[in-house]
Amino acid sequence: MRLVRLIGFMLFWPLTTIAAESGFPLYEMTPNLSDQGSLQRGAQTYMNYCLGCHSLKYQRYKRTADDLGVPESLMLQHLVFDPNTKIGSLIENSISQDNAKTWFGAVPPDLTLYTQLKGGPEYLYTYLLTFYEDPSRPLGANNLVYENVGMPHALVELQGVQKKVCKQIPKLAANGGEMMDALSQDYVTEEVCGMDLVARGYSPLTLVESTGRLSAEEYERVVYDLTNFLYYVGDPTRLERERTGVFVLIFLAFFFVPAYLLARDYKKEFH
Amino acid sequence: MSAIEQSLKNVMAWIDDRLPVTEAYEKHLSKYYAPKNLNIWYYFGIFSFVVLANQLLTGIWLTMSYVPTGDDAFASVEYIMRDVEYGWLLRYMHSTGASAFFVVVYLHMFRGLLYGSYQKPRELIWILGMLVYVALMAEGFFGYLLPWGNMSFWGAQVIVSLASAIPVIGDDLAIWVRGDFNMSGVTLNRFFALHVVLVPLFLLVLVVLHVLALHEVGSNNPDGVDIKKTTDDTGKPLDGIPFHPYFTLGKLPAIIVFLFLFCAVLFFYPDGGGYLIEHPNYEPADPLKTPELIAPVWYYTPFYSMLRAATFPLFGLDAKLWGLIVMAGAIVLPFVLPWLDKSPVKSMRYKGLGSKIMLGLFVISFFILGYLGTVHPTPGRTVMAQVCTGIYFAYFLLMPWYTAVEKTKSVPERVTM
Repeated sequence: MRLVRLIGFMLFWPLTTIAAESGFPLYEMTPNLSDQGSLQRGAQTYMNYCLGCHSLKYQRYKRTADDLGVPESLMLQHLVFDPNTKIGSLIENSISQDNAKTWFGAVPPDLTLYTQLKGGPEYLYTYLLTFYEDPSRPLGANNLVYENVGMPHALVELQGVQKKVCKQIPKLAANGGEMMDALSQDYVTEEVCGMDLVARGYSPLTLVESTGRLSAEEYERVVYDLTNFLYYVGDPTRLERERTGVFVLIFLAFFFVPAYLLARDYKKEFH
Repeated sequence: MSAIEQSLKNVMAWIDDRLPVTEAYEKHLSKYYAPKNLNIWYYFGIFSFVVLANQLLTGIWLTMSYVPTGDDAFASVEYIMRDVEYGWLLRYMHSTGASAFFVVVYLHMFRGLLYGSYQKPRELIWILGMLVYVALMAEGFFGYLLPWGNMSFWGAQVIVSLASAIPVIGDDLAIWVRGDFNMSGVTLNRFFALHVVLVPLFLLVLVVLHVLALHEVGSNNPDGVDIKKTTDDTGKPLDGIPFHPYFTLGKLPAIIVFLFLFCAVLFFYPDGGGYLIEHPNYEPADPLKTPELIAPVWYYTPFYSMLRAATFPLFGLDAKLWGLIVMAGAIVLPFVLPWLDKSPVKSMRYKGLGSKIMLGLFVISFFILGYLGTVHPTPGRTVMAQVCTGIYFAYFLLMPWYTAVEKTKSVPERVTM
């Protein structure tokens, strides 16, 4: 049982970095830019759920369509909602800064470079998984990674409502192991809350049954695709750059041979 | 001789009568004799020429699409990254090149310390080289503001506001430098002018003078032996070989290895994990939003640490001013290095234990200072930075003493291979 939990912990709770603001450990997220299906689904989610508030104003629709393997006509038909927007336009929205400030307390940031700004996709990935219900907040939602964030949980209809709870978890013995009752072989538990749960490797959130349209795995997939898409948008030339890089390095490696032979000849001359 | 060869020769003779092209070619390339025992440390001067060419060329192409205004600068960089054909390549070549420039220049300068290349008769080469270094620091500083990211903004803000630590004129001086009461588009415009016109001009002139001075007295070498003392009947140094082609085409493999490493970073780690392009620079300059940690790019961090190491007032001057004095002192002090070294020998190979220990400590403390400049200061780290700053200065200020008293080995007549 402990082994299972340990493995589960390692699989689902691998921490790489700590979110700067809250100290919450970030989930691991390995983007895959070759998975065009994932990027396309991510783009779809973005245009439907995010673009209303968050622009991608340094990126163009055409570039996105070309890189993601979406025909331009399909892109215009299904993912560009403003009929006046052309395929070559930048991905902008029409939310006014003043209104946004009044509604959310802050202007929703442009997300073109967000994964780069956060030093990787992990922050965004974790952020989208850790919204929870908090009646004390103006819009009823709070977040573990970004405490007291102004943004409501935009994907709540997909994920459902999460609540911050305290959990009964095994007590730690003096030697650091988990305490067990000698007779019944049951764990001796105690109630732990908030960051103390996180420190022990448990999530302080629990999902309220049947409040969302997707299962937990399906929702994680949506968030993965969305994060993957934004990782692509952050640096759309990454694949081309790395491909070019391989050729450049191979060229230099080959060029080294005649250069070396020439240099060896010169060296012979003066020795 | 064919008719074509004859006419080419005539053209060359016509030109040489009016402009000494052949003479210059011989003086600086084909008959410039470099010691044949030059080792790997002598490659970094060549590499810095490669990087200089890279910076100039990519810089020219970047200015074709860059917009130097507060409103558009940030967006124009993203335009270059996304919409300009191979714009990402130009930009990453330039940004990676900036770091590579400092890598090779630091190693080139270390070579000078190691083999005493600053000693008589090469004092002017050293001073011109230091001026190149200072110009390079200025070039990097002005250039770093241009993407107009948030770290660009705050980094420049911190450095420019240093001017205000100077008594009496400080505040006015800072406003004069910025051209505004705060960092703004005005500042961006003038930094652009300085980065693309004035400083590169200085840099090029200084580099030419650096090389001319070098070619007047000749290259030093790992033994610190003067190769001009031993010549054949024609006056050609026995231990010298023509710079071209031996140190141009002959060093092509080394240049390729350098380019390989350079391209590996450029194509696979262009932001260097946040050290070459810092993460907060992925959002536009925002005067209302200070980044969590303001740290300059790695090549300035040793000096930034020294600036922060001054934490207490002394002799009636406040800590901020002392920080400025210490930092400026750390940059100015190496200029007088040729007169601090009293050793009768040039190369570390023949110097005594004192010089070796001091150089080792100097390098270690420079690295530690560099690291400390990238992280938040804590009381422990500040003490560490103060100790390392002390060592940095001790290396220079104690040099007249430890180079004079230490026992040196005898230098051979000819170079060793």
